[in-house]
Amino acid sequence: MLGYILRRCLAVIPVMLLVAIFVFLLLRLTPGDPAAIIAGDMATPAQLERIRAAMGLNDPIHIQFIGWVGQLLRGDLGVSLISNTPVATMVADRIAPTLSIAVLTILISVAIAVPMGVLAAWKHRSAADYAVMTFSVLGFSVPVFVIGYLFILIFSLRLGWFPVQGFQPLSAGLGAFLSTAFLPALTLSTIYVALIARMTRANMLEVLGEDYIRTARAKGAPERRVLFRHAFRNAAVPILTVIGTGFALLIGGVVVTETVFNIPGIGRLTVDAILARDYPVIQAMILLTSFFYVLVNLLIDLSYSLFDPRIRY
Amino acid sequence: MFNRLTASLLASTLLAGTAWAETTITAVMHSGLRVLDPIITTAHISRNHAYMIYDVLVAQDSDFQPQPQMADWTVSDDRLIYTFTLREGLTFHDGAPVTAADAVASLNRWSERDAGGQVIMDRTASLEATDERTITWTLTEPFVPMLDVLSKQSAIPPFIMPARVAETPADEAITEYVGSGPFRFVEAEFQPGLKVVYEKFDEYVPREEPASWMAGGKVVNVDRVEWVNMPDVQTAVNALSSGEIDYIEAMQVDLIPLLEGDPNVVVEVREPTGMQTMTRMNFLHPPFDNPQVRQAALKAITQEPVLAAMVGNPEYYQVCGAILGCGTPLESTGGSETLVQGGGTDEARALLEEAGYDGTPVVLLAPTDMVALVTQPVVISQALREAGFQVELQPMDWQTLVTRRASQAAPSEGGWNIFVTNWMVPEISNPISNPMLNGRGDDAWFGWPTDEAIEALKEEFIDASDAETQAEVAARIQDHALENGLLIPLGQYTLPQARRTTITGMLDSPVPVFWGIQKTE
Amino acid sequence: MAQIPQPTSAMQPVLRALRLPAFGIGTKLAALILAVIVVLTMLSGWIAPHDPLSMNPMLRLQDPSAAHPLGTDNFGRDILSRVLIGGQLSLIIGIATAAVAVLLGLIIGLIAGFFRTADAIIMRAMDALMAIPSILLAIALVALNGPSVGSVIAAITIPEIPRVVRLVRAVILSAREEPYVEAAIALGTSMPKILVRHLVPNTLAPLIVQGTYILASAILTEAILSFLGAGVSTETPTWGNIMAEGRLFFRIKPELILYPGIALSLCILSINLLGDAARDMLDPRLKKRAG
Repeated sequence: MLGYILRRCLAVIPVMLLVAIFVFLLLRLTPGDPAAIIAGDMATPAQLERIRAAMGLNDPIHIQFIGWVGQLLRGDLGVSLISNTPVATMVADRIAPTLSIAVLTILISVAIAVPMGVLAAWKHRSAADYAVMTFSVLGFSVPVFVIGYLFILIFSLRLGWFPVQGFQPLSAGLGAFLSTAFLPALTLSTIYVALIARMTRANMLEVLGEDYIRTARAKGAPERRVLFRHAFRNAAVPILTVIGTGFALLIGGVVVTETVFNIPGIGRLTVDAILARDYPVIQAMILLTSFFYVLVNLLIDLSYSLFDPRIRY
Repeated sequence: MFNRLTASLLASTLLAGTAWAETTITAVMHSGLRVLDPIITTAHISRNHAYMIYDVLVAQDSDFQPQPQMADWTVSDDRLIYTFTLREGLTFHDGAPVTAADAVASLNRWSERDAGGQVIMDRTASLEATDERTITWTLTEPFVPMLDVLSKQSAIPPFIMPARVAETPADEAITEYVGSGPFRFVEAEFQPGLKVVYEKFDEYVPREEPASWMAGGKVVNVDRVEWVNMPDVQTAVNALSSGEIDYIEAMQVDLIPLLEGDPNVVVEVREPTGMQTMTRMNFLHPPFDNPQVRQAALKAITQEPVLAAMVGNPEYYQVCGAILGCGTPLESTGGSETLVQGGGTDEARALLEEAGYDGTPVVLLAPTDMVALVTQPVVISQALREAGFQVELQPMDWQTLVTRRASQAAPSEGGWNIFVTNWMVPEISNPISNPMLNGRGDDAWFGWPTDEAIEALKEEFIDASDAETQAEVAARIQDHALENGLLIPLGQYTLPQARRTTITGMLDSPVPVFWGIQKTE
Repeated sequence: MAQIPQPTSAMQPVLRALRLPAFGIGTKLAALILAVIVVLTMLSGWIAPHDPLSMNPMLRLQDPSAAHPLGTDNFGRDILSRVLIGGQLSLIIGIATAAVAVLLGLIIGLIAGFFRTADAIIMRAMDALMAIPSILLAIALVALNGPSVGSVIAAITIPEIPRVVRLVRAVILSAREEPYVEAAIALGTSMPKILVRHLVPNTLAPLIVQGTYILASAILTEAILSFLGAGVSTETPTWGNIMAEGRLFFRIKPELILYPGIALSLCILSINLLGDAARDMLDPRLKKRAG
């Protein structure tokens, strides 16, 4: 078990190195010149060239790469080319909204989707089942930003339940936080609810067909106990997996919802940085999100054994 | 039930808000602030930021006239020696007094970056701090627009910084943000591209005169100003109606109906001069290396559809054939009849035929992520096609565009033929500072025209001794610029601002300023 | 020791879940809707009432009228015509993405599944590629190549490939253990023959299913790229860029998002439903168990 954990952790290193090389090359091949965005509309070519040199953008690529990796190993994410702010500060300023909304999204999704999936499996082939499944396909089929605008229109503008935009951190109070974070999280949840509901339903169906469930029922165990004690516990593993693989979806969705709801998170930070060719910021952000993705999936793999006693390493 | 829950949520948010006793204005500006050095960049948002925290020696008033701001001046009879005297009570935000040495260092750094500053430096014998509060600037020959250049509000105004900051090489961004302006920059709360916070600088001593554009007394009546960026005007409009923000610098005209009927919100034009939108052709490559083809493009285009697609409501745009802008002292509209009235398509077709246009596709750069520049290329491409041009509309993000337009390569090899940009009218209202009127080939602005005639006309303009002669030369500059296709003006527009009614006393300056403003709760 | 769910097969339970009970009526309805959408968009060149590019900025943002059944957009272009023709390119981008991703994924997956030496390297590279959030990767790729149709397709395809590779590899790995494949290897059957005759057929069913999901998600991703400012030119309308342009006018003219949004959602919905049906049909084992 310990050996397995160690092996899985070590496997992260080559993956991250590959991500680093890949991102670095991708950016340097991309046309665009951060010097031009700094200098603005009236700069002459000679002025641009001097700014470029001062930023170190004229060094050979491998020198720039080695410099960057060396920096990373020292724990230094670099400094934004555009605003001269340390990337670490920018991330620290903006990670809280993204993370808290992501966590809230997962909570909301699980809270809605798991009962939906269990219900659909329990009342298999009923109207409830079809309704759940139709909804779950719909969740995949409508773009996040359309859902976001609809929610704003309905919940913020018509009903006035929520502010239309912005973000209040948890430190401003749970109420303030929820009033700004709930709608974005709900928007983001639609995909997740769809995914988890289907997942739960499918796995519950499978497990409900197993012999031990029939045995439990035959023994006269109450239905609730059968469903949640026996069946759901076994269906939980794949659901966890879906949360892990869905993380990529979440990041994609975060970028969009942060734009729709004007949330100062890292999704917008990254998109803005790409559009401005702010290399250190893009590099750091992609590396960080990738690392986070790998980490989440690693943890989920390792947690299998907790939920499914049959899995041993 | 849910309603009650949210009501209590909202109540708690509001309570958190009123805990601040001071007055704060929350404003959404036209773009996010990222670059904090106003000398290294010409970006408007950086310049606007600089007017908050820095001050200038001489400032422009609403009549385009230079007025004393940090300094009064005298000019010697031979017009060679300018003596500036700093007024009393000028203090940097770190508490140090502003000295003539600070001003000289700042002017030197500025002149390395600014085109107008370079012209002055070319004629400068010496620039010295002759005592704590006196700056003596000696020229080698008289330069009539001297004070106009020093007081201009674009592209780069000469902001005064402490000498130790101004000693930063002109191509490296400064890293300390200390000014002597009416507001103080709160560095700890700065989030690049997102949020910038200013606090009233209590030691600032405003001038006695009433404020007028960038000149006069900068009296601050609020404690705090926050600029927040919103990627989407619609979001900003929503936030304004719900009172989450106080002010939007640039409204999208199409969204104005959303605010109509809201008694708490006012939509208005802050300053009538506005912006010029225009297109520039590349003189180096076919087909626009041929003046006849450039003329054909000019004839093909009509301003009104461009403006209508861009702005929507005619109340907020104005067809204008003047390359120096309509409503400016040097306005002249020669050669722009078809631009303004339309109907030039046939003439354009004839010109193309005469020029032997062979169907070389015109590469038109179209940004996808700059709201103010998205629509014009689409409309222009249709107009050019109707006149017989082959047009290749190439969409790209703004960053690619600014890199691309700096390339002198052939359009098929990563270069370009034509692109669109916008200027604030005061930026282009003077032939010397208007970048389109630089005819020095490779040293000129993107498009690189080699045009000795325009250079000669500009010399004539510099030497003109009175306003009448200047206007006469400016008219000839207009005729020549359009004849040679140095630019095609696409018209003028003003994006209105929107404010909560609690905000009053905003100045009508082209640069949105936050002195003079009051906020009632 | 029980069967360990390898992390490489993490997608499998997801895929398994992405299936509906094959209720006949739903599938038939989906097929009908999709057929209607495909026919309408493919014939749009003939049936669209206007040239989708012809503009009249003086008649912008008009309400629906006889001349413009769905009104006009911010350039005064006919919304109905744009939605009809926009579907064409959206579908083409979706289909091209699905085809290229499946094909490349199949080739790489076969190599990884069959050659142990290449496996480790390929799978680490795939892990790396998969670790990068696909939307960010796609935006960067579009920035790299400019927002042409080809580069948008490439940008959506590349992040999809690792998922296909994992799927193919997992199928190949389990198929390799089958007695008939081991027998073929022992008998010295040539490699290409084993691949084509024994291994590739095994991958077909899951690939078809996966392909439909890629098709659906590619159409969505195109819309999101446009929304974030990295989509194709407005001169080549897609459902995505019509909505992206329309979002600035969402509150005064919601039709600009509504109509392409409905078309796109219906289209994706029916593709997903058909994908589910295909899965049930092609994988009877699962169907039996689910039923």
